Amino acid sequence: MLRQIEGSRAIAETVALCRPEVVCAYPISPQTHIIEAVGAMVKAGTLAPCEFINVESEFAAMSVAIGASATGARAYTATASQGLLFMMEAVYNAAGLGLPIVMTLANRAIGAPINIWNDHSDAMAVRDSGWIQLFAESNQEAADLHVQAFLLAEELSVPVMVCVDGFILTHAVEGIDLLEQSFVDSFLPPYEPRQVLDTKAPVSIGAMVGPEAFEEVRYLAHLRQLDALERIPEIAQEFFEATGRESGGLVRPYRIEDAEVIVVAMGSVLGTLKDTVDERRNAGELVGVLGVTSFRPFPSEAVRNALANASQVVVLEKAFSIGAGGVLSTDIAIAMHRDETILRTVVAGLGGRAITRRSLEKVLEDASHNQLAPLTFLDLDHEAVDRERARMQATRRSGPSAENLLRDRNTVSQGAKE
Amino acid sequence: MTIPFAITLDVGSSRANHTGSWRVERPVYVDRLPPCNDACPAGENIQGWLYDAEAGNYEAAWHKLVEENPFPAIMGRVCFHPCETACNRVQVDEAVGINAVERFLGDLALEKGWTLPEPGSDTGKRVLVVGAGPAGLSATYHLRRLGHHVRLVDSASRLGGMMHYGIPAYRLPRTVLDAEIARVIAMGVEIQLNHVVHDVEQERRDGKFDAVFLAVGAQIGKRVDIPAGDSSRVIDAVNFLHHVANDDPPLLGRRVVIYGGGDTAFDAARTARRLGATDAVIVYRRNRERMGASGEELEQALGEGVTVRWLSTVNKFDGDHIVLEKMKLNADGFPEPTGQFEELGADSLVLALGQDTDLSLLEHADDVAVRDGSVEVLDSMMASPSGIFAGGDAVPAQRTATVAIGHGKRAAHGIDDFVTGRVAEPKERHELASFERLNTWYYADAPRTERPELERIRRQTNFEEVIGGLSEDNALFEARRCMSCGNCFECDNCLGVCPDNAVIKLGDNMRYQFDYDFCKGCGICVKECPCGAIEMVPERN
Amino acid sequence: MTSQRVHFYQIGSFAVGNRLLDQEERTVQAQADRANSIDSGHRACQGCGEALGARYALDAAMRATNGQIVAVNATGCLEVFSTPYPETSWRIPWLHSLFGNAPAVATGVAAALRVKGVKDVRVVAQAGDGGTVDIGFGCLSGMFERNDDVLFICYDNQGYMNTGVQRSAATPPAARTATTEAVGPEPGNTFGQGKDLPRIAMAHNIPYVATATVADLHDLERKVERAMEIRGARYLHILVPCPLGWGSASDETIHVARLAKESGLFPVFEAEGGVIRSVSRIRRPVPVEEYLSLQRRFAHLFGAHPRPDVIARIQSMADENIARYGLFAPESAEESV
Repeated sequence: MLRQIEGSRAIAETVALCRPEVVCAYPISPQTHIIEAVGAMVKAGTLAPCEFINVESEFAAMSVAIGASATGARAYTATASQGLLFMMEAVYNAAGLGLPIVMTLANRAIGAPINIWNDHSDAMAVRDSGWIQLFAESNQEAADLHVQAFLLAEELSVPVMVCVDGFILTHAVEGIDLLEQSFVDSFLPPYEPRQVLDTKAPVSIGAMVGPEAFEEVRYLAHLRQLDALERIPEIAQEFFEATGRESGGLVRPYRIEDAEVIVVAMGSVLGTLKDTVDERRNAGELVGVLGVTSFRPFPSEAVRNALANASQVVVLEKAFSIGAGGVLSTDIAIAMHRDETILRTVVAGLGGRAITRRSLEKVLEDASHNQLAPLTFLDLDHEAVDRERARMQATRRSGPSAENLLRDRNTVSQGAKE
Repeated sequence: MTIPFAITLDVGSSRANHTGSWRVERPVYVDRLPPCNDACPAGENIQGWLYDAEAGNYEAAWHKLVEENPFPAIMGRVCFHPCETACNRVQVDEAVGINAVERFLGDLALEKGWTLPEPGSDTGKRVLVVGAGPAGLSATYHLRRLGHHVRLVDSASRLGGMMHYGIPAYRLPRTVLDAEIARVIAMGVEIQLNHVVHDVEQERRDGKFDAVFLAVGAQIGKRVDIPAGDSSRVIDAVNFLHHVANDDPPLLGRRVVIYGGGDTAFDAARTARRLGATDAVIVYRRNRERMGASGEELEQALGEGVTVRWLSTVNKFDGDHIVLEKMKLNADGFPEPTGQFEELGADSLVLALGQDTDLSLLEHADDVAVRDGSVEVLDSMMASPSGIFAGGDAVPAQRTATVAIGHGKRAAHGIDDFVTGRVAEPKERHELASFERLNTWYYADAPRTERPELERIRRQTNFEEVIGGLSEDNALFEARRCMSCGNCFECDNCLGVCPDNAVIKLGDNMRYQFDYDFCKGCGICVKECPCGAIEMVPERN
Repeated sequence: MTSQRVHFYQIGSFAVGNRLLDQEERTVQAQADRANSIDSGHRACQGCGEALGARYALDAAMRATNGQIVAVNATGCLEVFSTPYPETSWRIPWLHSLFGNAPAVATGVAAALRVKGVKDVRVVAQAGDGGTVDIGFGCLSGMFERNDDVLFICYDNQGYMNTGVQRSAATPPAARTATTEAVGPEPGNTFGQGKDLPRIAMAHNIPYVATATVADLHDLERKVERAMEIRGARYLHILVPCPLGWGSASDETIHVARLAKESGLFPVFEAEGGVIRSVSRIRRPVPVEEYLSLQRRFAHLFGAHPRPDVIARIQSMADENIARYGLFAPESAEESV
């Protein structure tokens, strides 16, 4: 049944359908509405049995999830941005221990400067942690992905992070078709842990592993993610067959069959991109879009196949590696391993900057005319940058750049500094 | 479950890692000689029988006790208990009341009718024991257990020697004495009382004895030359006590002066009080610190109204007055006359100045060496290679019943070796369990239980026993104050304090063993062993 | 109440066991069939107080719960010496996650058990002093505040021993560590710093807080037993001497712990609901020198250039403890600290 609800609400209700047994969370925008909703359901008794634990930090949130999962409970939490970094050590640990925790990441920029708006810097920061990272294009997919995430996580004993663009999705109200409890119950069997703290069959979990076996442990984790490359499309297919909805999978191609230029992107921007592609197609340009749903494991083969016939690939990223360039772009380049294809990176939407249709059209137009620079920062205010650069060269104590830029735009009081 | 590789491990797998290889020193369990056992003249395994008593196994304790000494009830009354002097517990609070527990066990045995071990099977060897005092009776007991025939002769009409004729009944009730002696005699002993041995060689030949044990005691009171108007008013203490023991007390009058500072002097003074003396005054030429009798005895005597004139000698006795000369101690602690005199009213004077031994029976025993009135003996108590052994007051040693009992036991084993032609093997002696080896933290503060004393007023007028026995509760308490110095008593400390679980408990009364596969040699078990029964030794390579 | 509950006179209430006692009155460690929660073959140093303390506490918890214990362990010596692949010394279900999150992981375990309706299995979390008073403090405070059903045990060896003896907020003043070297005019750790975690725990109003040492097994086991009778957050702080970090002889581990208590430097007490309920009195008082001089970490206070002034400051700390907790008083008193 289609309901007009906020993305966070849809995610919370879907998570509840998955019957999580331990939910713990520490509030951080833009994740708050999700855990508030889950907390309310537990408090009201509509989600039971479930322990909802208000912890003192994200580090504790992930740690509680680790303890719960190792004791055989289905564990869920949600976070964003700084919170993810604060729990980073535990994020790695959960993956290292092979605990099938599911976490929603309401993607948000990382400070400083502090910024609560959307980009993908947080997700990129933990890409090597061993978690499976699935990116939702829409709120419908965001909700659906959580069911698939629990199934995948528990089958493989690997934690799964569902990445949902903060505010853009989490706070957007749209029509969403929520799943039925009976369906989720049949789709997602009860959690059968691979290892569990059990007084009847005691084991020691979390040993210290030295050089003699560490590489093997890491390689085994890699193999489990390769297994996920098999299971992710299968699960998406099963889900599709049951619901008729195309949620999940490894990649999502859009009008790429004959495309000369293919834009690769992740998350909510794909919707705008598709609209833009439609527009450009109408103008006669052979353009297409490739959405990457599974960022980890990275579906190299699927990407390679999808991009095989393109002459130019533009990777549109909401994150970048300072001092290097695109993050997703690097993975795409390795996956393609084709020198004849032109690869361009466009960094866009950092800290929540709107990615407009107009700007995207410009990108596609430039790409079609092969006028894109190897690394482009979309809608960058070059003047502001230049002014700050000049200031920094002129004065040693030039002050914080962020405040300087804002002052230039008259968004903070001039008197604040002078 | 198939657990994940490397990060998850099956329990207990560390036992594959033998940390014992780290060790440079290893702990080993040892047994050390407890100071009480070391000090006991009778050679009792005191700690051993206390161990059983601690558990309330009194019969087992008694049996362990009489392995060495057949007279616990007597010893529990008259022993001067050097064990308690040696007891390490003195340095914690007070010595364990070993003597009181011994008496408790002895009395309980009499009450319950526990019997001594059966005599050994007959060896056909015959032994003559001269003197039925503690040495002679002890030797008789052990010889009978070894299966030898014993003829026990004594010049007196009753068995017991000085235990009967020297120790007053208020210290050693005759029922107790007789009962414990009777138990020995019941093992089958040929007894000849009222028989004086004049020539030991003759007696031996006549009786075809394979060996002889001389335990003739020291019966002759020493005399000093004191000018006395009426010599009938001067009596030696041995004689006096002997008469009292024979129910024939001499008339001493109301004012009795006893000259001497040993146990016998106090026995005589306290006996005199009981016979009606209003004044019983001990005159001693040294001071209290240098007195021969025990402090315990002094306290009891003072409590009964006996008085003591320290640093005084008897100069003259005229039948009504004694002239005392005051003494002072010189730099070496010897008393010197001061030339100051005083008078003391006295109806009689009892001399308690020591005893001599009558060794006339050895006149024809040429190979027995006598020096200073005592028979010279080897460690085995052998006085002559022909098979004459001697012990008790007749040989140079402290003259106490306990020492005599020890002599009797040693002589019995010496005689056994002699008559069987065996060469005695030297006994291995454990290292002494000194106080420094103990970890006394673990011993609870538990003060000694005093035995009840008869009300003082009562003991001034009769011969009832002065010191009572311990109740069972008290005896158990007292036994449990034993620190078991030098010998494991299964407190489980080593088992508990090992950080490597390398101590294996073998079960109750079976102690422990080290698991050297895992013992890293840290030494905590040694340090925390309360009784010092573990030591570290260098690891063998 | 002191620990002298049972009078078995020969050996007092201080030894591990005694053949004269009923089995149930002996300590858990006296039982031949004790759990040995941490087994032989672990790689702790010779005379390790932490290995000892862990077995004492967990075996007691095992007895109190009839073997229904799950343990969570912070990173540190205990974790490293017990579980180097491919061997583990644990005989109980055991989970190690990170250095600073043991209390939160334990919360998760407890929550999982609760949600599954498992009531008999109890959770014990354990860490060294670093994992407790420093890096794990945030999670610990959170666990306390939520009153989660976890017994948290701190094995306090007063420093980061696993990493090579560095200072923690539990390192005592004047102690030499690798980051508070015995050099300069004020050698060793600074006075006036450090956290008194038992009192901080009491301030959380959790149902049970207690301190103990490896030198009094009866007391330690009784406290674990008491802790396991209670639901909610409980804190047990056990002093475990470290021969390596303290520079004490390997056979002195228990002796040193005993002197810490007898000198008054380490008060042994228990509190319920934030109120002190019992104090272990000093039995044989000793000046702090006797405790300090056994340890090389305090060697700079003695020897050629002695520092009686520093020793006096340490003595006054002991005296303050004695006054605060009434360590000399004959009777126990209910008092707020």
